[in-house]
Amino acid sequence: MKRVLMICAIITVLTTVGIVYVLFSESYTFFQTVPLSDFLTDTEWTPLFTDKHYGILPLLTGTLLTTAIAMCIAVPMGITIAIYLSEYAPKRVRSIVKPLLEILASIPTVVYGFFALTVVTPFLQQIIPDLSGFNALSAGLVMGIMIMPMVSSLSEDALYAVPKSLREGAYGMGSTRLQTSFRVILPAASSGIIVSVILAFARAVGETMIVAVAAGQQPILTGDPRSSVETITTYIVQVSSGDVQHGSLEYNTIFAAGITLFIFTFILNSVSFYIKKRFQEKYD
Amino acid sequence: MINSEKNRLKDKAFQYFGLGCTILGLLVLAVFLGDIIMKGIGRIDWDFLTSFPSMRAKKAGILSAWVGTLWMLGLTAFISIPIGIGAGIYFEEYAKKSRLANLLEINLANLAGVPSIIYGLLGLEIFVRSMGMGTSLLAGACTLALLILPIIIVSTREALRAVPNSIRQASYGMGANTWQTIWHQVLPASMGGILTGIILSLSRAIGETAPLIVTGALAYVAFVPSGPMDQYTVMPMQIFNWISRPQQDFQVNAAAGIIILLCITFLLNGIAVFLRNRWQKKVKW
Repeated sequence: MKRVLMICAIITVLTTVGIVYVLFSESYTFFQTVPLSDFLTDTEWTPLFTDKHYGILPLLTGTLLTTAIAMCIAVPMGITIAIYLSEYAPKRVRSIVKPLLEILASIPTVVYGFFALTVVTPFLQQIIPDLSGFNALSAGLVMGIMIMPMVSSLSEDALYAVPKSLREGAYGMGSTRLQTSFRVILPAASSGIIVSVILAFARAVGETMIVAVAAGQQPILTGDPRSSVETITTYIVQVSSGDVQHGSLEYNTIFAAGITLFIFTFILNSVSFYIKKRFQEKYD
Repeated sequence: MINSEKNRLKDKAFQYFGLGCTILGLLVLAVFLGDIIMKGIGRIDWDFLTSFPSMRAKKAGILSAWVGTLWMLGLTAFISIPIGIGAGIYFEEYAKKSRLANLLEINLANLAGVPSIIYGLLGLEIFVRSMGMGTSLLAGACTLALLILPIIIVSTREALRAVPNSIRQASYGMGANTWQTIWHQVLPASMGGILTGIILSLSRAIGETAPLIVTGALAYVAFVPSGPMDQYTVMPMQIFNWISRPQQDFQVNAAAGIIILLCITFLLNGIAVFLRNRWQKKVKW
């Protein structure tokens, strides 16, 4: 029986090996035709046009732009809510609000895309007249709402796990709840909060459907949130939904884009895992 | 104003700010659901559920999509549940404190963070091409099964860990071996937690779109799949297709489809929460 169970466990390793193998072998073919230096420095990404350019930069900036907007929403809001629920709110409020926020996290992302395209974009267009129909801003904002529960829930767990004695010590010294929260509890729970932020960041980088629906499909190298951008994930969706011949260079481009995404999220996940293991505060 | 008064004022201010942020978050959720219900509820009728997609928005329905989603749900569950529970048991009960265990642990943490579209690329090369499954339900289900495997494993492990060691020791004391202890004592005691995790992971799977686009779910399907090797579409795929069209009527269809998709998602989540509460009440160590 132990053997059978071990095979189940080894499937998880095979999955990782499979991902790495597939991404490397397909992009190897890609990089035999397109030099790595072009891939990293060319400022245009036009593999589907006649004048072909293979620079990942426009896709990368598109991805980072929407992610940055999302983080601007998710981090301050998520941490504030976490502090409020853990340090201020009555138990009853906490027990009602937490599951409600988790509903936000369980909504399929294509639904968020619909929301961004049909509600948030028209609303923003009233405030910012020259906002394009597909834009980074709306997709980023909605993505921020999507990952916010992840930050608030994980951070709240970290805050809640700080032992009562630390709070009581701070209150005994005459601190207000605000001072206790920011000078005692938050530093004590910092590793858990940093982990939650990194995980949310990785999630935003890999998010697909919101940006595919609401951010557009034009790989423009820009930092302007009003403009339409294409992310790495959107590009993969765009190529997959068209008919591109297996074995062609266009086909290989999605793996080159994929490996860029994978390396990014791999680094983020590893850092968060390391922080979790290394800086776990132990109170007994 | 003296210092302590100032601090108390700041404290109060932050309390309201925190409350405001929380309410804002919930308000967005409310606006969001309200908007979709208003747009889509009028479109849902029997014809919508029993018609195939069509070029004319008013005649289009989601029959092939919801049947596809049911197939996908069943196949994914069939593949991922035994492997997930098996791996979870191995991690928690057998592989303790070895270098291999440590490696498996790091690997698992990383897999859980791999973007879903990367799983799509894996499925495209391995299942669709190398194993020759083509753009079938089975290829999609295998891909989704790998995607939710880390979630099932993690929740299985947590459920197993919640079973106190005294149960295991009592079982060993009666002369049971490791497997007998797991099968007769530990698994029944942790079933509630394991089920909760499985249902949550399946609710995640039915909302996934990106990996299925990559592994070749179709955007327009005018037949009901009759076996695992058939081509298919699923609800989120159909919704995505409708969202991408400029005509207003298709947006209404998308909203109606979303209502049904959300109903399924919330139903599954509700069952999971119910199971978790019931199980927590019933079992007291």
